[in-house]
Amino acid sequence: MRKKINSQWTTVLVILIFIFLATAPFYMSMFRVSLFGKYICFAIVAIGLDMIWGYTGILSLGHGVYFGLGAYCMAMYLKLEASGGALPDFMTWSGLSELPAFWKPFANPAFALAMVVVVPVILAIIIGYLTFLNRIKGVYFSILSQALAMILSVLLVGSQGYTGGSNGLTNFSTIFGKSLSAPMTKLVLFYVALAALILIFIPCRFLVKRRIGKIFIAIRDGENRVRFTGYNPAKYKVFVYALSAAIAGIAGALYVTQVGIISPNEVGITPSVEMIIWVAVGGKGTLVGPIIGALGVNAMKTAASENFPEVWSYFIGILFVVVILWLPGGLISLKDLPARIKKKFHKQSEQEDNEEIIPMIEEEQIC
Amino acid sequence: METLIMQIFNGFSVSSILLLAALGLAITFGQMGIINMAHGEFIMIGAYTTYVVQNLFRTYLPKNVFDMYCIAALFLSFLVAALFGTVLEKLIIRHLYGKPAESLLVTWGISLILQQLARSIFGAPNVAVDAPSFLENSLKIGTISFSYKRLFILVIAICCLVGVYVLMYRTKYGRNIRGVMQNRDMAAGLGVNTKQVDSLTFSMGCGLAGLAGAALTWIGAIGPTLGTNYIVDAFMSVVVGGAGSILGTVFGSVFIGLGGTTFEYLTDASLGKVLIFVCVIILLQFKPKGIFAISGRALED
Repeated sequence: MRKKINSQWTTVLVILIFIFLATAPFYMSMFRVSLFGKYICFAIVAIGLDMIWGYTGILSLGHGVYFGLGAYCMAMYLKLEASGGALPDFMTWSGLSELPAFWKPFANPAFALAMVVVVPVILAIIIGYLTFLNRIKGVYFSILSQALAMILSVLLVGSQGYTGGSNGLTNFSTIFGKSLSAPMTKLVLFYVALAALILIFIPCRFLVKRRIGKIFIAIRDGENRVRFTGYNPAKYKVFVYALSAAIAGIAGALYVTQVGIISPNEVGITPSVEMIIWVAVGGKGTLVGPIIGALGVNAMKTAASENFPEVWSYFIGILFVVVILWLPGGLISLKDLPARIKKKFHKQSEQEDNEEIIPMIEEEQIC
Repeated sequence: METLIMQIFNGFSVSSILLLAALGLAITFGQMGIINMAHGEFIMIGAYTTYVVQNLFRTYLPKNVFDMYCIAALFLSFLVAALFGTVLEKLIIRHLYGKPAESLLVTWGISLILQQLARSIFGAPNVAVDAPSFLENSLKIGTISFSYKRLFILVIAICCLVGVYVLMYRTKYGRNIRGVMQNRDMAAGLGVNTKQVDSLTFSMGCGLAGLAGAALTWIGAIGPTLGTNYIVDAFMSVVVGGAGSILGTVFGSVFIGLGGTTFEYLTDASLGKVLIFVCVIILLQFKPKGIFAISGRALED
């Protein structure tokens, strides 16, 4: 009964968020709308991260890698379209006389769009197989994923001639023949991003409600028990890791069309860890939470950096500490607060006796 | 031949810096399951302490004792970083024991705060520390010259290593640390004050990071984000070597330091990083918990 109410409550909330976003262009300036378009891309990454962290318990500190790969694949297509068959400007600056072989197919939009998903997924499967199959887990995986983020950003900066170095890829003009700076294109791109958010949210929600979702949660809560029951956790982990990589890749591609630039700054460690805070603030282990977190934290970031930039670092640092220590369920868990306080007062006397006997406290699952 | 020796010397030099950064990390990680992402910022605190000490010496003391600042700076950077560590442990870290993933994120937040703090106090541009005059030259053997600065850091790293070894294996306090690492409940049951051990160990780890920071000032400029340059490599050293093992940490830092410089010499800076990462992944295929990990029979979660 309680579960059903919870489920309905979150459905209403998520629909409200989608309606808010869909109507945004009617009462916001175009500038704000583009900002929200950017936040939607972040919300998409956050959903993917939540699938692996909130549901499966794998803390990846390197999702900027997959976001970046998706974005670079898209950016390569946009760059080639902008240069119109000629050599892209940064390549001439770094002394290349010919288009590198791996750039050539990206002139084809269909190929580029496919690569947005395929490249992150392949990398994720390789990394996933090498780590999960050998039971490298927990923080060991987190540290490795962080190293991955650092390496990709170093690699992107290092190979100036192929990736534009630390400036990244920018100066795009058109997408599929339409001008990127036209308001109409921007509006269309905004709605495409929103549609992607909804189209990713729904299957993820479907997935976590099915048996596979239950296995994800079981892996998070007791991986050994899952193994002893006859499942192979590694396969599920690789699958969910690849899924979230694909989602991050899509988000990256949408991001680059809206923002018009992708550089190693969006790939490295700092942005990757910031993605984690979106999920944590909104509420990990729920699919609505990450959306709220990504929209909220980034809206605050924009507001803060417009007015008083130096405070932002303090603020996000404190946010990390406060949320992880005292609000592990994120904002979404605040709605349980009255009930929890009531329960605490009610049960305090019994709980003192029972606490030692029942070590496992079942967490309520809200989807 | 000359380049080979220089290359090996460079590798060991990088390894020694990594070792200084990773020693404290390995102990806190191994003992308390705390992934201290703010470890790099303790390096930064040590570096800025050295900077302040140098300025004080320059302003208030006669010129001929200026060189002695490095001794004072080494001690003070250890103390200041350890003090910060103690405060941090008392305020925040003690809520996080046994929760590595959470500790990782919380300490990341702390690192952002500390970086911004440094930026507010000392300004965003890098500052420079003058090395004492007796470190300016280099040791010449034949045609090869070894910079005294780097040799000095190597010596500091070895001293720290010996110090930590003696502390861990030759004192009562070290026995307590190892006891808590291997079996916390049993150690507590035998009368070890585990909370106090945790607190002291964490402070010591932070102090070692401070020392690393002091050493770093002599080979480069220091800025608020100094620590972030070393933290990932230091963590990789710990992961390769096995958390909680001193021998493992030595192996890890030499592996990453020497291997990294070799690959960078053979290819280029960015490709070298990729190759060393691939090597780490391959090594972990056989030993997922690190080469020298303390293995138990218990089923680990």
